[in-house]
Amino acid sequence: MKTTWAVAALVLSALMVLAGCGGGGNGGEPTLTVVGASSLTEALTEYGESFEGAKVRSSFAGSDELAARIKQGAKADIFASADTDYPAELHREGLVGKPVIFARNRLVIVEPTSGEAESLADLAKPGTKIAIGDPSVPVGAYTREVLKGLPAAEREAILANVRTEEPEVSSVLAKVVNGAADAGFVYVTDAKTVKGEVHTVELPDSLQPDVAYAAVVVSDSGEQDLANRYLKGMLNGAGAGDLRRAGFLPPP
Amino acid sequence: MRLRSGFGLLAVISTAAAVAFLILPVVAIFADVSPSQLIDALGEQSAREALWLSLRTTLIAMAIVVAIGTPAAYLLALRRFRGRALVLTAIELPLVMPPAVAGIALLAAFGPRGILGGAVEGAGLELVFQTAGVVVALVFVSAPFFLRQAIAAFGALDPRLLEAARTLGAGPFRAFATVAMPTARPGLAAGLALAWGRALGEFGATLLFAGSLQGVTQTAPLAIFSEFSRAGGFVAALALSAVLILVSASLLIGIKLIGGDRAAEGAPE
Repeated sequence: MKTTWAVAALVLSALMVLAGCGGGGNGGEPTLTVVGASSLTEALTEYGESFEGAKVRSSFAGSDELAARIKQGAKADIFASADTDYPAELHREGLVGKPVIFARNRLVIVEPTSGEAESLADLAKPGTKIAIGDPSVPVGAYTREVLKGLPAAEREAILANVRTEEPEVSSVLAKVVNGAADAGFVYVTDAKTVKGEVHTVELPDSLQPDVAYAAVVVSDSGEQDLANRYLKGMLNGAGAGDLRRAGFLPPP
Repeated sequence: MRLRSGFGLLAVISTAAAVAFLILPVVAIFADVSPSQLIDALGEQSAREALWLSLRTTLIAMAIVVAIGTPAAYLLALRRFRGRALVLTAIELPLVMPPAVAGIALLAAFGPRGILGGAVEGAGLELVFQTAGVVVALVFVSAPFFLRQAIAAFGALDPRLLEAARTLGAGPFRAFATVAMPTARPGLAAGLALAWGRALGEFGATLLFAGSLQGVTQTAPLAIFSEFSRAGGFVAALALSAVLILVSASLLIGIKLIGGDRAAEGAPE
């Protein structure tokens, strides 16, 4: 029966490692649950760690997915979206408070460092493998907005090169970083997180969409005061600092 | 078991709880979708393309799994060799691998920068962002389900039966085809049903390895996720889910019927 004990010990130690990861009791502090757009991962994780008076649990996904979850009654205190449409829609349905625009961003093209594209027009070359966001995720909607500004033939050629529609901006970026795609449309802040691994191509100003991020306090939240304080910090406090450092532009 | 005893009662309660918990979400999907919504959902081109793609890719994947998996399982079940236990564990590893890990592993192996990426490209094959990539992901995650059951089924064969066939002059292939296959059929069918079900539900490995594009790589589970996120798409996601459940259930039942009674009872002992 020695093996039984060995196996038991192995399983037990694995569980202890896992428990250790989730450990660090919050010592009676209230918990604030923040769900945010995938592009906010670094900035809001930093902000959450330094936020005082509450333990902040942040989770990130496509804004569309988060909005759908909130509609299904998912518990969260704050929703930070990569657009203004989803927060506005939830607000109309009475699920969240008034949306507050807290940051802006810019769209760029990323390509592997070995890439040769120098402008948007290069993406129209046949055989270029392009990754973009799904139409429902903000980055995908912004990308389509950019393409709408192009002459029809160029737009069609680029759309014909689209090889995958990803559920969130981080997976668009991943497709370029791991070399699967030749180019992808992401936010400039995402490109910054993998500096040196990708080459960034700027879009002409005339085509740049108006990328505004809005946050809301969820109406069901039992931590309204804390949530409002968190939101304020994103506008002009520690959160704003973390956002600027990550490359986000200040709200208009 | 006497149900009057305390343990008997506990077993009954546990069974009721397990059945209720496993059935309730399925019932909820059908309770939330009206037949007309189901038909509307099928009217959507993206939904039809996703279902058709799921059907096609899983069929090809199952053909590969069965064609290669059956002889492999036969050998692994009957031959004893050094390192056999290690091989058996290794081929079961994808069973316990999170699908996302499977996707990353496939990229590391066959992706453009993977260790075999050059060879794949050199062979004129394209996997990433292609339907062929979906098939590769499906084979990877579903094959262990079939192999496990097939090895168990062949392992349960009475070796005297095979010996008898051989002494009567049957060659190894004939013994395999006329003695081993018919006897192991229920187990093979059960394995196929499980593998097919897993392949139909595949999400993470497909998304990471092959991507998601309507008509090319967006299988039904990926389409369901995309619908779920779309504004107002929850009903469409529910409806497509209902269709996928119906398809999977009919496959499961159909295969078990073809496989014979023992398959309906699950794996052979």
